[in-house]
Amino acid sequence: MSSDPTPVDRMAGVAPEPGVTKPDPILTVDGVRRSFGGLTAVDVEHLEVQRGTITALIGPNGAGKSTLFNLLTGFDRVDAGEWSFEGRRLNRLGGHQVARTGMVRTFQLTKALTRLTVMDNMLLAAPGQTGERMWGAFARGLWGRQERANAERAEALLERFKLLAKKDEMAGSLSGGQRKLLEMARSLMVNPSMVMLDEPMAGVNPALVQSLLGHITALRDEGMTVLFVEHDMDVIMGISDWIVVLAQGRVIAEGRPADIRANKEVVDAYLGTHHEEPSDTAVPAAAEPEEDR
Amino acid sequence: MDFMYILSSAFETAIGPIAAIYALAAIGLNLHFGYTGLLNFGQVGFMLVGAYGVAVSVTTFGLPLWAGFAVSVACAVVLALLLGIPTLRLRADYLSICTIAVAEVARLLYRASFAQEVTGGVYGLQRFAGDFYDANPFPPGDYGVGDISFSARDLWLMTVLWGLVALACLVMWLLIHSPWGRVIKGIREDEEAVRSLGKNVFVYKMQSLVLGGVFGALAGAMIAINQQTITPDQFMPQVTFYLWAMLLLGGAGRTLGPVLGAVVMWFLLTVFDELLRSLSSTGILPFLQGSDVGALRHAMVGLTLLLLIVYRPQGIIGNRKEMLVNVK
Repeated sequence: MSSDPTPVDRMAGVAPEPGVTKPDPILTVDGVRRSFGGLTAVDVEHLEVQRGTITALIGPNGAGKSTLFNLLTGFDRVDAGEWSFEGRRLNRLGGHQVARTGMVRTFQLTKALTRLTVMDNMLLAAPGQTGERMWGAFARGLWGRQERANAERAEALLERFKLLAKKDEMAGSLSGGQRKLLEMARSLMVNPSMVMLDEPMAGVNPALVQSLLGHITALRDEGMTVLFVEHDMDVIMGISDWIVVLAQGRVIAEGRPADIRANKEVVDAYLGTHHEEPSDTAVPAAAEPEEDR
Repeated sequence: MDFMYILSSAFETAIGPIAAIYALAAIGLNLHFGYTGLLNFGQVGFMLVGAYGVAVSVTTFGLPLWAGFAVSVACAVVLALLLGIPTLRLRADYLSICTIAVAEVARLLYRASFAQEVTGGVYGLQRFAGDFYDANPFPPGDYGVGDISFSARDLWLMTVLWGLVALACLVMWLLIHSPWGRVIKGIREDEEAVRSLGKNVFVYKMQSLVLGGVFGALAGAMIAINQQTITPDQFMPQVTFYLWAMLLLGGAGRTLGPVLGAVVMWFLLTVFDELLRSLSSTGILPFLQGSDVGALRHAMVGLTLLLLIVYRPQGIIGNRKEMLVNVK
């Protein structure tokens, strides 16, 4: 990663065309196809995700965004095609194996482990625990130290996501927005290099949306790659470095927010004629990408 | 009516060998359902292979008793793998359908005429528990306090059985209070979420199925030892449902829940049984025939369970806080 204190535009010189190559892709998708019966849900010819950026995946309902997410993260099987993450082919890997390579996902319908405490939710996610093996579980001496180190890391993350006060409560007693925060914090316990967020703002109140946006940009600023699916146009235009538009399973456009806003095909397919220009006051985070240039 | 007699005989049953056997099998079911969320409706299948593991090894093949127990455990592992490999990747309900079916198929296989040379078919097997009773350290006689007394044979059985139950509880407690237990409980809540965090859910579910099945097989082996004779038709599906009733009565997802459930359930069963029997013998209830008692006591146990589920759904020692959490 760059040690330059001022953020750099990692997408400089990349043409806004579907399937364009990126200077340093962390995720490369080639010919990935999945159909359900006669319906082709996903048919992505070529797609690259640039390392260290926030990339948004948008598209009308049924465009195949969530299916693509499921395919890439090993939660569904492709009919054809291949994809690689950090140079490693992920075909045929199960969901847990993909997560171990450093690509961790969240879900559209938040999956807090409701009858576990917030702290247990966090600790569960820590990778490579000795006490996680059945035989290791009996020897507390072997995993006690590791457990304490993980607990420290979990507390720091909970503090950052403002959940520390809730650490001993059941995750099921959290509000919808807090569950989203917990899910994000929990995914960071895995030490990912890329997080895949499936509609992180769905059903979250406006005040919390701001805080979630702050957390997402903070992830990028720490060098993580973020790929997320979202519907709220103001949010997307505000924080994304790059936007990929999916329609009927295909990538129909790619580009910076300004390119997408000006793209006639996207406007027709997705935004419709009634889309309003986002107001800058609504999304403070919108200021950041502007400074980059 | 002699209430002291009723109470003391109920107490004897509640701490006797049968209750301990059921407690052991229910501990396995608790690991499956209470912690991992696996709906196992065929725990009796594990008890069957466990019982026959001992009986067939000793009677048919002349192996020593300890080898019989090893065979029981091995059979349980094989049965768990057979059940788990095709179904654990699927949705939870497939496992439940398979378990109930496989347990029934196993019973029919063991009683089939072609299996008679090995399993004794419908006649079952006898004379395999001699070594166990020869090892009894208690001198013959009756042991007990007041109206409660046990023979030396029962005392020896109870020592071994409650020892096994205590050991199983210890194993469960250690496992559940470890990172392994945390993953298992996470799978109960939402296995997709656990998978997305890099845990191999299939392996964990398999480990849970195998270990819970081994507890069931040990319970089955001890049934064989206790009765000194077994037939396949003792292992009917309702045994599994008794275990479920005990687990829910005591409190699923608690270390001591299944043990308490087994003890309380056998206490209640015996109290109802003796009470109805003495009522019918005094002629207070002229419509009550002696043969109706068995059916009626189950109806009363059913009523007790019904009241429990209405007023205390988490079981006797279940965690109400956990129960009331808004699940999904």
